[in-house]
Amino acid sequence: MISLNEVGFIIGISLMYASPLIYTALGGVVSENSGVINIGLEGMMTMGAFVGATVGYFTGNPWIAFLAAGLASGLLALIHGIASITFGADQIVSGIAINFLGPGISLFLSRLFFNGATMTKPIANKISRPLNGIFTRNSFLDLVFNQYLTVYLAFVLVIVIWFMLYKTKFGLRIRSVGEHPKAADTLGVNVYRVRYLAVILSGVLAGFGGASMSLAVVSSFRPTLISGQGFIALAAMIFGKWKPQGAMVSCLLFGAAQGFVIYLGGTSVQISSQILAMVPYILTLLVLVFFVGRSTGPTANGDPYIKN
Amino acid sequence: MNKRKLGFIALSVLLGVLVGAVVLLIGGFNPIEAYSIMIKGVISKPKYIAWTLIRATPIIFTGLSVTFAFRTGLFNIGAEGQYIIGALTAALVGYFVQGLPTVLHILLALVAAGVAAGIWGGIAGLLKSKFGVNEVISTIMLNWTALYLNNYVVFWDKFRRPNSEASFKIQKTASLKAFANLKSTEAGKEFLANNSIIKGILSSPVNYGIIIAIISAIIIWYLLKKTTLGYELRTVGLNRFAAEYGGINVNKSILISMIISGVLAGLGGATQVLGVTSEVSVLAAMEGNGFDGIAVALLGSSTAFGSIFAGILFGALKYGGPKIQSLMGAPSEIINILIGSIVFFTSMPSLISVLAGKVRTLKSRRRGELEDD
Repeated sequence: MISLNEVGFIIGISLMYASPLIYTALGGVVSENSGVINIGLEGMMTMGAFVGATVGYFTGNPWIAFLAAGLASGLLALIHGIASITFGADQIVSGIAINFLGPGISLFLSRLFFNGATMTKPIANKISRPLNGIFTRNSFLDLVFNQYLTVYLAFVLVIVIWFMLYKTKFGLRIRSVGEHPKAADTLGVNVYRVRYLAVILSGVLAGFGGASMSLAVVSSFRPTLISGQGFIALAAMIFGKWKPQGAMVSCLLFGAAQGFVIYLGGTSVQISSQILAMVPYILTLLVLVFFVGRSTGPTANGDPYIKN
Repeated sequence: MNKRKLGFIALSVLLGVLVGAVVLLIGGFNPIEAYSIMIKGVISKPKYIAWTLIRATPIIFTGLSVTFAFRTGLFNIGAEGQYIIGALTAALVGYFVQGLPTVLHILLALVAAGVAAGIWGGIAGLLKSKFGVNEVISTIMLNWTALYLNNYVVFWDKFRRPNSEASFKIQKTASLKAFANLKSTEAGKEFLANNSIIKGILSSPVNYGIIIAIISAIIIWYLLKKTTLGYELRTVGLNRFAAEYGGINVNKSILISMIISGVLAGLGGATQVLGVTSEVSVLAAMEGNGFDGIAVALLGSSTAFGSIFAGILFGALKYGGPKIQSLMGAPSEIINILIGSIVFFTSMPSLISVLAGKVRTLKSRRRGELEDD
């Protein structure tokens, strides 16, 4: 039988691995609710992970690094915004470009800053764990709640983004330009400005997601650190029907699967870790088929708005 | 492809190269030196050209795959996974089937890879047509499933080469490598000793993959342009509702399109295994062939022949690019920045036409000034 502490271990690992996905998926939620498809989350997340690790290494302050990561990915998102908002670009194509540019720029700079290496040097100070030492070491509560601050912040941001989207004027504007930009324009909403802000914010969030990976889960950047998590976050967003709380639940599902894989890897259970690793993806497909079905996003998602 | 479109693509490439130059300059490297190393590294020796084509082959296939799905209005992010399934199947058939004559063995491996990858792509098609599951999300999930499936099979003790992270090599009868006889027979060795150019070319894994890629492109072009099926698929891509109104079975079209798209990507994986690697390895991360295929399809403006040219261009970048790392210490990742910028500019026809318009007004203004004089 599985002990309480083992359950705690699985929950703790799940929360830690879900948090980078949550930030990034929230980024997707914000951008796509404003009507701009953001398939470039992967590239933005990579950029955030790199800038976080690099600034963290040189300044020794993980929070400055965390903010810098958000800023850098926000800038990358701005490029996506310029193409897809001002120039009416095909947003998927522009997003794909971001997925080449983000890792490309990150590794290019990494080689410049770290003597030709594509891996950054480990940071001295990781993100802090506020509840460290409060519970008995390796007790259930310790395993579940003794998390990096970025994990808590991810869940706080779910509430903040939910509140912003559904309870504030700005959120209403984001959703209105995503549903019917022309009507919003008629009512005096500056469609371009709202979309720009939403896209930049989505980049900042994806950058936080990447940095929470390189500043908390591990302590450096390497080329395979993100490998696909941005796409998982994208899937989680669609899975969560473009809502912050829905995206969070899907991210937790992926995190939990990761937690199980790591837990079973440390036990004598004879299940191939490769098969286990497949489970979350197959599970997602099954859930989509049997429970979710047609998930449709905001009506004007992907349509460039051209003001006449 | 019309002239305007070609000009637009050429301008996108040019702007991408310009962005790359600026990035190199900021990084403290001489862009002219870097680009000339790349160009020389691609065309100055027949061997280099052979390598470029070898690097281009898999992404031409994935480019064709993405192109085909695009034309039916589907976004196949899953070329990556379909490629993995094709490669894995080809390696399995190439290793476990024994005693077949060469041509038959190759055909069997290719067909098996195509079928397996076609099914893999078809799953996404089926999920979309039957259950309305967005193909972007389903193919992302299928990519990861394929990756772990590959790793699981490679670790299978009957298939795994002892003390390695890779499978056993395929049988010689399944090899797509060209002129293999020249390297193994005495007469061949003697011939090569006297022909240094051919010897140089054959030092790369020259194989028939590129020919299969070109044949596939021709078939895809014919299928899309000259057959009823192709007409129906394209109609669905242009306007799903009009197609349905016109009596086309949209769901069937989606399924067929994803199957064919999967077959193409799978053939890419198969030719890579049969012609270049002779084995499959454990994958720690996605190799990116599917994503490169998206870039190829976009630059080739979703046409079959465009994919060939775009594939060769990106193949050249992927082969020639890393040379700046060894020769001048400049980060080879500049190629991803180049590919990204080129794709970025292709996403914005309106920016390009604004720029072209500016050039035109400048020209006419100058002409006007001249007339004033």
